[in-house]
Amino acid sequence: MSQPQEQAPAGNRAAMLAKLAELDAEQAKAVAGGGEKSVARHHARGKLMPRERIELLIDEGSAFLELSPLAGWGSDFTVGASVVTGIGVIEGVECMITANDPSVKGGASNPWTVKKIFRASQIAEENRLPTVSLVESGGADLPTQKEIFIPGGRLFRDITRSSAAKTPTVALVFGNSTAGGAYVPGMSDYTVMVREQAKVFLGGPPLVKMATGEESDDESLGGAEMHARTSGLADYLAEDERDALRIGRRIVARLNWRKARPEAERTSPEQTYAEPDADPDGLLDLIPTDLKEPFDPREVIARICDGTSEQNAVPFDEFKPLYGTSLVTGWARLHGRPIGILANAQGVLFSEEAQKATQFIQLANQIDVPLLFLHNTTGYMVGKEYEQGGIIKHGAMMINAVSNSTVPHLSVVMGASYGAGNYGMNGRAFDPRFLFTWPSAKSAVMGPAQLAGVLSIVARAAAEAKGAPYDEEADAGMKAFIEASVEEQSLPFFLSGMLYDDGVIDPRDTRTVLGICLSVIDNAAFSGTDRFGVFRM
Amino acid sequence: MTITRLLVANRGEIASRVFATCRALGIETVAVHSDADAGLPFVAEADHAVALPGNAPSETYLRIDLVLEAARRSGADAVHPGYGFLSENADFARAVIEAGLTWVGPAPESIESMGSKIAAKELMAAAGVPVLANHTADSAGETDLPLLVKASAGGGGRGMRIVRTLAELPGEIEKARAEALSAFGDGTVFVEPYVETGRHVEVQVVGHADGVLVLGERDCSIQRRHQKVVEESPAPGLSEQTRTALHEAARAAAAAISYVGAGTVEFLVDAADTSRFWFLEMNTRLQVEHPVTELVHGVDLVELQLAVAEGRPVPNVESPPEGHAIEVRLYAEDPAADWQPQSGRLTRFEIPVGEGVRLDSGFTSGSEVSTHYDAMLAKVISWAPTREQAARRLAGALTRGRIHGLTTNRDLLVDILRDPGFLAGEVSTAFLAGRSIDPPVRDRQAAATAAAIALAERGRAARTVQRGAPVAWRNVVSQPQLTEFALDGVEESLAVAWFGGRDGYRVDGYDVLTASSDRVQLRADGVATTYDVTVSGGVVDVDSPGGHVRLTRVPRFTDPADAIASGSLLAPMPGTVVSVAVEVGDEVAAGQTVLVLEAMKMQHTVSAPYAGVVSQLDVRAGAQVASGDVLAVVEGEES
Repeated sequence: MSQPQEQAPAGNRAAMLAKLAELDAEQAKAVAGGGEKSVARHHARGKLMPRERIELLIDEGSAFLELSPLAGWGSDFTVGASVVTGIGVIEGVECMITANDPSVKGGASNPWTVKKIFRASQIAEENRLPTVSLVESGGADLPTQKEIFIPGGRLFRDITRSSAAKTPTVALVFGNSTAGGAYVPGMSDYTVMVREQAKVFLGGPPLVKMATGEESDDESLGGAEMHARTSGLADYLAEDERDALRIGRRIVARLNWRKARPEAERTSPEQTYAEPDADPDGLLDLIPTDLKEPFDPREVIARICDGTSEQNAVPFDEFKPLYGTSLVTGWARLHGRPIGILANAQGVLFSEEAQKATQFIQLANQIDVPLLFLHNTTGYMVGKEYEQGGIIKHGAMMINAVSNSTVPHLSVVMGASYGAGNYGMNGRAFDPRFLFTWPSAKSAVMGPAQLAGVLSIVARAAAEAKGAPYDEEADAGMKAFIEASVEEQSLPFFLSGMLYDDGVIDPRDTRTVLGICLSVIDNAAFSGTDRFGVFRM
Repeated sequence: MTITRLLVANRGEIASRVFATCRALGIETVAVHSDADAGLPFVAEADHAVALPGNAPSETYLRIDLVLEAARRSGADAVHPGYGFLSENADFARAVIEAGLTWVGPAPESIESMGSKIAAKELMAAAGVPVLANHTADSAGETDLPLLVKASAGGGGRGMRIVRTLAELPGEIEKARAEALSAFGDGTVFVEPYVETGRHVEVQVVGHADGVLVLGERDCSIQRRHQKVVEESPAPGLSEQTRTALHEAARAAAAAISYVGAGTVEFLVDAADTSRFWFLEMNTRLQVEHPVTELVHGVDLVELQLAVAEGRPVPNVESPPEGHAIEVRLYAEDPAADWQPQSGRLTRFEIPVGEGVRLDSGFTSGSEVSTHYDAMLAKVISWAPTREQAARRLAGALTRGRIHGLTTNRDLLVDILRDPGFLAGEVSTAFLAGRSIDPPVRDRQAAATAAAIALAERGRAARTVQRGAPVAWRNVVSQPQLTEFALDGVEESLAVAWFGGRDGYRVDGYDVLTASSDRVQLRADGVATTYDVTVSGGVVDVDSPGGHVRLTRVPRFTDPADAIASGSLLAPMPGTVVSVAVEVGDEVAAGQTVLVLEAMKMQHTVSAPYAGVVSQLDVRAGAQVASGDVLAVVEGEES
């Protein structure tokens, strides 16, 4: 194995570290929530911040994979969208956890909050995870209610469908959960309310007064004591926040949760698999600052997959190594679990690569092995020779295979993910179970310069057709503007802000992230399909 | 009278000690044991064991009839009494002999003549051995002060009282008499001058058919409450002349009563002028501290005892002492809390035995230390060419020991062994008197840090899912992990804030070099130190070169039901009080009805959780109560 850190330009590492520093700074905004003053005010009331609640809820020392931490990035709303979602282990059970951030506008839901919770629900549903909601939200952000109200109903639908699918739902209510929000505890299987904090009602005292003239107060309408003793909406009355989290853990402990694919019998991970043969730290050196330069994905595989051991004599068995060499395919293991990998090697996908990918995806479905897509593609090849060679047919075959494959898919966008290449490599629209992005990634219909160039050529042709003179100065300005805005919109923070991935991750954490995902996936049964769409030959 | 099967009428380390020699000689062994001692090593080590039902010494180890019955049943042909218990009981010796068994000890007459300390003193004075003047309440004058009141039948410091004014004397004599009567069944006490800074020096003798062997002396001056703590041989700082004088006085004492077997002649030596010494008493048995003599004279005293008992010739093993030996008595007691004896489970007990270090122990890891007997866990003895080396070696062995579950005097012992005064030979019975016995200062933060990391590693090993993920991995880091500990006798808890993740553990002030569930290596200020961490339940013991720290895990959560003041009787549901069966101040038995509630047409009896007194009653018949309301409070012994 070559050592890229020795050959790689020093600039690669520096550039990646700079991007990681930016990532830290952006995530710090999400962690800061509503800011120091707001956080201090909540602390002064004996209240905990959402991540503090989560830290107490999950098993000590276990991992927490936060999802969509940059949701709402680039919008007018606080980064993170006033909610924390993620997968944590509670009493040995992998759970989807959602936690409103009351320090951000009282935990009010904006359109990004809703999208983020939808994504969490989707992950919980696909992977069969029990859900624990840590509720404290002032309801909908009223100025944007038009984007929330109608689609937002799905939130409640998802809770009860989860319950019906035998994935239990638990709501721990720490504060406001009123009007529509009252249906979160209302729809959940188990509800815990914190004494003197939880407030759960359809209408508060002013609304009741307006509607019926009745005089009332918060406590009698929706206090924790009332719900625990009178309405029965609360199954448990918690003394304080810690107590609610304690009760929540006890509830999960009694769910009798069994993963569809149980953990392998083993005494320790060390005896099951070896750490990667190459140091994951080298991933920082690997990614060229200019994405036009390809890099060998085998170097990535050697840094994220299990290394050589007695159970794993060859860490990566490459499939069809001599054919369609712009795409690397093969079998490996990650935290002891088998995976099939498709990784771009030379950026462009030709007919051979598309056909190779199609066969490989079918093979994975035949043997029920999840697939990992490592993106660094500029798309399918264009040009007369390739069009005549049937590149559309072959690309369609690959997209057909990806779309209809029923083994779980994981995607990591390492570098470029352009054009239909994004589709073929299992982009967001193709519903991979999880999709993570490296800070070095870029994703768009095509590269910014190409896109600007294409627009320029089209405009020039239109001007020529009309016989009008072409404004070269305006063209240069247009090109610069388009290039800059497409560049910005193809960057990971922007796309992550749009919920087009599940998070931007440090390349060195890729192995851990994928290992957690593969473990999570095992909560639901899966088997490969033998039914694909009609392959156009 | 060759001994083939020997019964030891004793327990713990001394039983094990005697068994060890028996094994070396090819003699079968028989243990007797109380119920509480059934699990101790000496019982398992013996070839045969006979249970003495009950626990109190008076119903077990002091029962002559039961011990003899045990000897008969087990086919023992000899009895070794050890020390304490029946070891200086002439009736027992006689009974053993009358039963046709070999008695490993002196003649009953010797025990008797030395058993009465007043008579012994007279006997010794007659033999020319210097003795302290004997007083009564009337004979003592101002110039004789201070005085020591002692039970004649006592030993090991029990029943001793120091009197500093004449006015106190009659009262103290009375108290000592009463105490002696209840403790030993013999109320005889005597009064002698109390030497302010005395040293306790004793001489080991072995009497046999042809004379008396003198095997050097031991200094046992360092005592707490007249209980020996540190013993050594030879005694430091004595002139050759004094040593010879002591040895010859002891030889004369033994010869005066034709003493046969191992015995010890104790002397009080004036610390200010060591040439002044007085006979105190003679112990007609093997002493606790006999190992120091064995180490410097290269003898096995038990072997000599058996040879004498079997009537075999005893070789002349007298020799000048070689090197220096020091013994410490490791007690389950809390020196900082008035030496309170500790009982409970000794979760881990390991003393590194190696070059020049001997361990005579009655307990092992997991042993239960009961309240019924002496709280001595073990004797740790070191030997080295010089006294200083022996002290250093012993302190090192103690420090490296792993003693978990019970508070011990280990730190105090190490402190003594490293004390400049001790190392200079400035020993006296007052050595510990002026000493402040504070719990030693420990780097608790480092210990807690090591404990937190070891606990995290335990958690990692116990995971059932995501076993490959680094400990406390976060893709978005928001706060440290907190592990909290409570310390004995310290109000504030000790919190360790740490981060996990891809690059391992991060803690402020320390580099975590290696981590496992029982060993953590931390580097602080460029120095790497290894911490051994033992977890048993909520208790975490951390051992390092800096000493032992016992931490108690503060749980992440407390069930509020557990937090409510015990003894509060809460309404189990909203309802009406139908009747109240008690009044404030009433004594109630466990389970006794306190009041009756009616809710949903069902009557619920609220009863006392344990025996106690009703200290509070908040309701009367007809009162409406809400669920969780405090109805009454019962204060019991347990609350």
